[in-house]
Amino acid sequence: MIRLQDITKVYPMGKRELQVLRGVNLYIEQGELVAIMGPSGSGKTTVLNLIGCLDTPTSGNYYLENREVSRLSSDELALVRAQKIGFVFQTFNLLPRLSALANVELGMRYSGGGEQNRALEALAKVGLSDRANHRPTELSSGEQQRVAIARALVKNPPLILADEPTGNLDSRSGEEIISILTCLHAEQGLTLLMVTHDPNIAHHCQRIIHFKDGQVVAEERV
Amino acid sequence: MKKWLEPLSSAWVGVATHKLRSFLTILGIVIGVAAVIILMSIGRGAEKDIISRIESLGSDTIFISPGAMTFGGVRGAPGSADTITLEDAAAISQQVPYITAIAPTYSTSLQLVIGSQNMHAQVTGTTPEFQQVRNLDITNGIFLSEYDYQRGAKVAVIGSNVKETLFEGADPVGQQLRMGNNIVRVIGVLESKGAMMGSPDDIILIPLTTLQQMVAQPRTSRGERVISTIALTVSDREQASYVADEITSLLRSRHQLGPGVDDDFTITSMEEVVSMVSEMIGTLTLFLGAIAAISLLVGGIGVMNIMLVSMLERTREIGIRKALGARERDIWGQFLIEAIFLTLTGGIVGVIVGWVVSSVVSTMGLMTTVISADIVILAVSVSVGIGLFFGFYPAWNASRLNPIEALRSE
Repeated sequence: MIRLQDITKVYPMGKRELQVLRGVNLYIEQGELVAIMGPSGSGKTTVLNLIGCLDTPTSGNYYLENREVSRLSSDELALVRAQKIGFVFQTFNLLPRLSALANVELGMRYSGGGEQNRALEALAKVGLSDRANHRPTELSSGEQQRVAIARALVKNPPLILADEPTGNLDSRSGEEIISILTCLHAEQGLTLLMVTHDPNIAHHCQRIIHFKDGQVVAEERV
Repeated sequence: MKKWLEPLSSAWVGVATHKLRSFLTILGIVIGVAAVIILMSIGRGAEKDIISRIESLGSDTIFISPGAMTFGGVRGAPGSADTITLEDAAAISQQVPYITAIAPTYSTSLQLVIGSQNMHAQVTGTTPEFQQVRNLDITNGIFLSEYDYQRGAKVAVIGSNVKETLFEGADPVGQQLRMGNNIVRVIGVLESKGAMMGSPDDIILIPLTTLQQMVAQPRTSRGERVISTIALTVSDREQASYVADEITSLLRSRHQLGPGVDDDFTITSMEEVVSMVSEMIGTLTLFLGAIAAISLLVGGIGVMNIMLVSMLERTREIGIRKALGARERDIWGQFLIEAIFLTLTGGIVGVIVGWVVSSVVSTMGLMTTVISADIVILAVSVSVGIGLFFGFYPAWNASRLNPIEALRSE
């Protein structure tokens, strides 16, 4: 599903350069549930952004479903994101002016659209059918994150990327979110990759990849 | 939701979120468009007004006046030469086609005495056809008749201003006035045409034959009788320039002007005057429109300003949309639609406001205004164009944002 080869990423910082990734090699199979852990500044979010096609590496190759995507134009990357990838963010990133339903519909908007029923089904999967017409500000944090998960799922992407999905939640809501994600993974066979600080959360996954100083330093099977 | 409707609805959400801000932005466009429409309609109205006044003097009229007299190579004022004659008028009348009426006139200054008033005034001798040529109506009495002309009757028809000056509002018909050594009876008063160049309001008309009895008419070297002007009407306005050409060649041969010698007369058609005046007013209208367009431009800059602010505020939204797979054109399309939505709404409301204001001005009788479809189409399409033009830069900027940085912004 995902194969990274010698990926480096350098950010210009004024006159100096900041090397965030120093040769990352990574392989994730279809249907895996993987956690990425590591201290702040270890490059784990950068690698997630690269995998999510929000950014391109400075050097190295990235194969997504056996297709080299690291040299694509911004519009081609947009198409990959639209068709292949669902994002779940730490800060939810819902549009505050839209209802929960409209936010979920937005998830299908750039992959060719779809019926409203699909958005309703996605909301049902995360248990929020009765909240469809509420605005994000009228929902609890945990509910907001569930709307965000529905938005990521609605276009049936093969890959879900979650960047600290429980980082802004209390532990009970966090557990809820993780159980939803793991259930979806089990039911739909999608590949799920999440960045987390929380070892308890990481231990729900099948495999944990440890990052440090822009490199993979350890891997453990749970 | 239908797929093509989504960009429209997100534009609507963008506009509706900041109602006051959108309203003020739209107001800028409304004022610009309304100003263009009002000023253009006033310009067009003035043009229509003036043209119709000129046409009331007879749009199918041609005037022939003498050329300038030359003293030893120095050209004098136009009309100073004694080159047009009564015989020229007769020849034109017989030889040039499409002429419906022709009126030679001879004007001279005479002493007028009425009651205790004593003054010098310009008296014009002409033929009865003058009424048809100059499109004159009589308010009181009758015009000079063929009988008056044949007999050299001592009768006069006066303009409305002359009536006011000489008779101070009393009915002049039947009154007598002394003209030089002759007693002349007023038989008619002309209807006023309004104050303008060549207005008949100041005229005193008597039969040309009568004037010939009163004063010694000058003669040319060939012995022909000198007159001041010839006015004529043509049956078909399209033929006016053909008639003018025919008259030119006829008069050149009668006046024995060799090739290379300038005409010793001038031919002016009312058609030319109308087109000259309408061109002049058209320029003025365009100028007014251009001034109004400046306010439209300022409104457009307002739109750009708001779109830039909106782009900054919605950086995070742009990041979210990009993460969901929006391409650059999806993003700039959304912003452009929003900008066009603002300017198009402003344009339509501006047309309505402009229309209402200029109809009110017109019905109150302050000014004639004319709104034509082309002004409306122009104003609306210009407002959409302004949306495109001033929306493009913010939209393009928005579409180029890096999704990661956009997502990180607050």
